[in-house]
Amino acid sequence: MKVKAELMDENALARTLMRVTHEICERNKGVENLAIIGIRNRGDVLARRINENINKIEGSRVPLGVLDITLYRDDFRMFSERPVVQESDIDFDLTDKQVILVDDVLYTGRTVRCALDAVIDLGRPAMIQLAVLIDRGHRELPIKPDYVGKNVPTSKNEEIQVKLKEVDGEDSVLLIEP
Amino acid sequence: MNNAITELIEVQNSVLFKNARVIDPSVNLNKKADVFVENGEIKEIGNVSEKDFNGRVIDCSGKSIVPGLFDMHVHFREPGYEGAETLQSGVNAATAAGFTGVAVMPNTNPACDNRGQVEYINERTRDLIVDVHPIGAVTKNREGKELTEMADMADAGAVAFSDDGVSVKNAVILRNAIEYSTMIGKIIIDHCEDPYLAQDGVMNESFVSTQLGMKGIPSISEEIVVARDIAVAEYIDKPVHLAHISTEESIRLIRDAKKRGVKVTAETCPHYLLLTDEEVKSFDPNFKMNPPLRTEKDRLTIIEAVKDGTIDVIVTDHAPHTVERNDQEFNAAAFGIIGLETAVGVLLTHLVQKNIISFEDFVRLYSINPRKILGLKEVNIKKGEPANLSIIDPEKEWTVDKELFFSKSRNTPFDGWKLKGKAVGLYNKNKLYYSE
Amino acid sequence: MQLKIRHLLGLEGVDREDINLILDTAESFKSVLKRAIPKVPTLRGKTVVNLFYEASTRTRFSFELAEKRLSADSVNFSKSTSSVSKGEDLKDTIRNIEAMRIDFVVMRHSSPGAAHFVSRCVDALVINAGDGAHEHPTQALLDMLTLRENLGDLKGKKIVIVGDILHSRVARSNIYGLKTLGAEVGVCGPSTLLPVFIKDMGVKIYPHIEDAISEADVLNILRIQLERQKGGLFPSLREYRALFGVTRQRLAEAPKNLIIMHPGPMNRGVEIDSEVADSEHSVILNQVTNGVAVRMAVLYLLSGGKGKFEGEENE
Repeated sequence: MKVKAELMDENALARTLMRVTHEICERNKGVENLAIIGIRNRGDVLARRINENINKIEGSRVPLGVLDITLYRDDFRMFSERPVVQESDIDFDLTDKQVILVDDVLYTGRTVRCALDAVIDLGRPAMIQLAVLIDRGHRELPIKPDYVGKNVPTSKNEEIQVKLKEVDGEDSVLLIEP
Repeated sequence: MNNAITELIEVQNSVLFKNARVIDPSVNLNKKADVFVENGEIKEIGNVSEKDFNGRVIDCSGKSIVPGLFDMHVHFREPGYEGAETLQSGVNAATAAGFTGVAVMPNTNPACDNRGQVEYINERTRDLIVDVHPIGAVTKNREGKELTEMADMADAGAVAFSDDGVSVKNAVILRNAIEYSTMIGKIIIDHCEDPYLAQDGVMNESFVSTQLGMKGIPSISEEIVVARDIAVAEYIDKPVHLAHISTEESIRLIRDAKKRGVKVTAETCPHYLLLTDEEVKSFDPNFKMNPPLRTEKDRLTIIEAVKDGTIDVIVTDHAPHTVERNDQEFNAAAFGIIGLETAVGVLLTHLVQKNIISFEDFVRLYSINPRKILGLKEVNIKKGEPANLSIIDPEKEWTVDKELFFSKSRNTPFDGWKLKGKAVGLYNKNKLYYSE
Repeated sequence: MQLKIRHLLGLEGVDREDINLILDTAESFKSVLKRAIPKVPTLRGKTVVNLFYEASTRTRFSFELAEKRLSADSVNFSKSTSSVSKGEDLKDTIRNIEAMRIDFVVMRHSSPGAAHFVSRCVDALVINAGDGAHEHPTQALLDMLTLRENLGDLKGKKIVIVGDILHSRVARSNIYGLKTLGAEVGVCGPSTLLPVFIKDMGVKIYPHIEDAISEADVLNILRIQLERQKGGLFPSLREYRALFGVTRQRLAEAPKNLIIMHPGPMNRGVEIDSEVADSEHSVILNQVTNGVAVRMAVLYLLSGGKGKFEGEENE
């Protein structure tokens, strides 16, 4: 495993997130009625940062939630190791809200599909939009992001490694190859 | 039924057993010798030449010849429960296991409680290589109410009386039965169990039963009846034989009674010498029997009792059960395990080879004493005596495989055990069975 | 994450890590149960047979709910006690089930070891929902979850189980599980209803309920059954209540803020007074809620064990 390229450093990451935040505010004509839900792990960190950016731009934060999609995964097999189930944390009503789902890397789209199922089990949002930091291609489901930090074409054996200060101690996005 | 063994039984009037170690404590015999049998009688023990010999020669180097082994407590289930065992299959098992004689318990269906049933058993086993001696019931249908016609049954060949499966119902019936049977020269064998204390129990009452939440059969259920039987026997000064003893306190009672001169004899089984109630934690019904496996303390006491003569004989209480009755959840499984085809192996491996008892003791416990207690003619390895012999290979290493048993049943706790020592043949009633 | 055990047949021998994993996972499932749609698709397509040979409404209901919340297909088989004769029934039933490829068997039976027996006969994963007086592991797990919520770490906490210990699978499972987590367990009840060797299980015996109340942090009160009275083990329910009933007056004497538990169903006015059952000390309803979550956690985690369908794995 070696690093093929550094896709973003700390500054680039911050700028990208700010740009994405502006796009969200622009498309939704403000932040009234918005809610942000980050997909554990790292999607929730990015969601929090986006919410802070919204605060800087619009002067207030929007409701923020964390989603654990472990129980919605479609790769459940008898006798394969179980991932740890953590709790989702969404303490507001989603119904009629415009929900922004946030994840770090969009790949096959299966994680987002799980997240959609989970969100819909929690209530009936008026609309769900998807914001991702990196879109690496190779979709297996008809899922399209509304907001993309960076498009990075990859091959299947490569890996995108997102590191965030809150979880990993540093901010960077790396392209890894075997 | 695996009848293959019958093909190995040959009628042989003349057999020369060469180079055996001949061991018969009843005549103080323990030496390397040839045994020459002619017309079913022992003609010579010593150095016998093969020259000019027309009969069968068997090389017994490394093997021991002892007076035929005898198990005085087995269940052959015929008539009534032929699915589990028949007289023929039971005899097959006994043959393979090295026993020339067995005494069969009367809890068949119908029970062996009259002359007709005794004669039925005689008829079915008349020409077989193993002597099958019927034990008659003490009370009609073993119900504990009326005494059976013991004299009539004894005349037909019953060797003792028992209601085994249950205790003789109460002290007055026991007293009367002992008086009556002693009068005709036969003993009463009592299964010692208080039915009220033991009710619904499925295993020993102990820490293990507490852990498992199973209803236990307390040791006092056996001891109370042992005490009763000893008291009655002492009072009327007549003999009684106590079946399958399993607890420490029972041993203490028997030992003290013997010291006082009470005419009590007792038997135990290989499983009480080798296994404990810890085995039940597996919920395997092959560890379910009555009396149940007890604690380690009891087990060690039983071993001591075998060593010091408090226990007079070893029996298997061979109790066949069909798969349907045995292979169930523990509570529902039938009580009882088979034992004939593992008895010699487990006793030689775990008692004789570990120097807990000597080989001579083994012969006393499993050949000489049972016949004595039943009042049967002594079997001696002596010139002029009828030949009734078991041939044992004390070095033979083998692994118990229950699928190879000649018994119809498979309910054994010893499957897979690695043993050293096996019976390899017998000679009785002019017939020879020998299988290396 | 994986449990070391393959089936859940009892808590004897289940180590602390496995117990804590189940309890932690159960907590996560609790939040699922609070949602508007309290359902997740995790066990979709999996089939669970609820094999109940003993009558039970609440346990079976709780399991069924847990299975359905996980989107599993749940099938019930009950046998009224009167027609269960011997084990023929069980063995034949098991064979039929095996032929239908079931993923889980949840079973309750009156014979200790019945669940063990079944686990040897089928490929499915077996959860013991009560086997005679032997064990009832999910009950003990939900009891421990409830206690953990109220007391935190259970190490050193004194829990006294009150009632018919002799016939109680709830008591045994609780003793095994609580001791593994380091709690101090006591038992209290009439001598005829305490097993002779119960002390060897490492529990303290309280001959009088008053002593138990004065020392315990928790009382887990078991239901006293009428059949025991008929079996000659104690003379009457009235006398049982007089000696061992947990009444308002007795509870008032408790020096600590005693927690009251009961596996249900309750004989109000016999082993426990209504005032006690409905008081602020009682966590009985929490036990019920936690029951569904614990059973969901068990189903979820057991399915992650090492099993026979390895041919389907690893592509």
